[in-house]
Amino acid sequence: MTLTLSSACALHPQVALRPEPFGALAYHYGNRRLVFLKHPDVVRVVRELGDHPSVGHTLRACGIATERDASFLQALNQLTKSEILRVC
Amino acid sequence: MSPVAVATVETASQEDLETAAEVLVLEELLVEEISIDGMCGVY
Amino acid sequence: MSASQLVTQLKRGLDAPICLTWELTYACNLQCVHCLSSSGQRDDRELTTEQAFAVLDELRDLQVFYINIGGGEPMVRRDFFDIIEYSIANDIGVKFSTNGAFIDEKNAQRLAAMDYLDIQISLDGVDAITNDPVRGVGSYDIARRAMDNLKAANFGPFKISVVVTRHNVDQLDEFKALADSYGAQLRITRLRPSGRGVDSWNDLHPTNEQQVQIYNWLLAHGDNVLTGDSFFHLNALGESLPGLNMCGAGRVVCLIDPIGDVYACPFVLHDQFKAGNVHDTGGFTSVWRDSELFTSLREPESAGACASCGNYDSCQGGCMAAKFFTGLPLDGPDPECVTGHGATLLAERQASPVSITPKPSKDHSKPARSALSVVS
Repeated sequence: MTLTLSSACALHPQVALRPEPFGALAYHYGNRRLVFLKHPDVVRVVRELGDHPSVGHTLRACGIATERDASFLQALNQLTKSEILRVC
Repeated sequence: MSPVAVATVETASQEDLETAAEVLVLEELLVEEISIDGMCGVY
Repeated sequence: MSASQLVTQLKRGLDAPICLTWELTYACNLQCVHCLSSSGQRDDRELTTEQAFAVLDELRDLQVFYINIGGGEPMVRRDFFDIIEYSIANDIGVKFSTNGAFIDEKNAQRLAAMDYLDIQISLDGVDAITNDPVRGVGSYDIARRAMDNLKAANFGPFKISVVVTRHNVDQLDEFKALADSYGAQLRITRLRPSGRGVDSWNDLHPTNEQQVQIYNWLLAHGDNVLTGDSFFHLNALGESLPGLNMCGAGRVVCLIDPIGDVYACPFVLHDQFKAGNVHDTGGFTSVWRDSELFTSLREPESAGACASCGNYDSCQGGCMAAKFFTGLPLDGPDPECVTGHGATLLAERQASPVSITPKPSKDHSKPARSALSVVS
């Protein structure tokens, strides 16, 4: 399943985020996967996904320019595959 | 977040902007996965 | 940011380690000839349960997601379960390394009931004839019994941890088959000339031909076998092996020893690589963030004598610990450099009448060193 701007998703409850100079580390305690979130913007988006009805709403609420939507969708899809995010 | 941490975040952002300028046309690679076991220095 | 940019970031260090190794005790029922920490006897200064909990509180606040517990034999400690349960309850996942002596049926069931726990059992041969001369008489049977008990308790995929030597390098396929038979994961790591390895490395380390053999085996099986990125010096042979291909010491990992001393990694237990102690003002956090040693390890390194070789980007000059404990300069080739540069330097050094090889700063070996005489 592929995420789109209208999908709803949130951080997996078994995932912890740790701030770092480049962005954050995300660690999934269940599957032991470790993912680098390599920009502060993607950290903000990931943190807020659960507070908004869709990916698109979250991106706009975080002030992400629309030309970056494709990059963010690709990142969020990878995070879903790693189960860092779960689809609601 | 401590003042020290804020300062380092700003530094990283500026560097990211510089490097991002080259790849912006294509795409940003915002996430990268490594293995928790993939770092040398653990037995 | 490309993969290499990520590595550049990691080399500059992080606010906290991604994971760290914590050796809980120097006491051990075995006396392996390559023991990295020269373990055997308990040290009176070892952290108390309360002190261990305080360290875990700090690691929780730093959001260290995962710790690797070792020793000595960590299960020797009477508060072993208290410590790992406290860790997991504080969202710090645990992997512990053991020789398996204390994983009886009852403990296996207790361990199987815990979440966020990984276990790796050390084994250095697929039979006692290969394993026991290195790890001690009876240690092969001890390890297999522990594996049987974990399997019977439905622990799930534990890890089998193998240090590759010239005596077991031909058994890699058999190790993999053994791991598969248990539904376990195979983890193979590089032999270091650290701890008691200072004395056994010359006889145990793989030959240059065998290093090529390891490399080719990893290229064929690397996706299903863990290595802890420990063979990155082999990347000079061509295609990169899976992993970050960098030394993590003091940058993304470190080591806490049983008395609370903090070292750059488990392979460099020597004063020169000691950054501080968890009892110091500011605790572990200050040692990680501000110690002179760790700060210097995060500065860009120079290729030194390796600059003229075209392979430095692939192999990074190899392992700091391997160089240090064989008496080679840190800014030159690894003793197991695949081009042979290290072997040449090593031969020159060993021929020199004034050569002094650094010894580990602490030695907790039992006086008898009985494990050394197992082949009779």
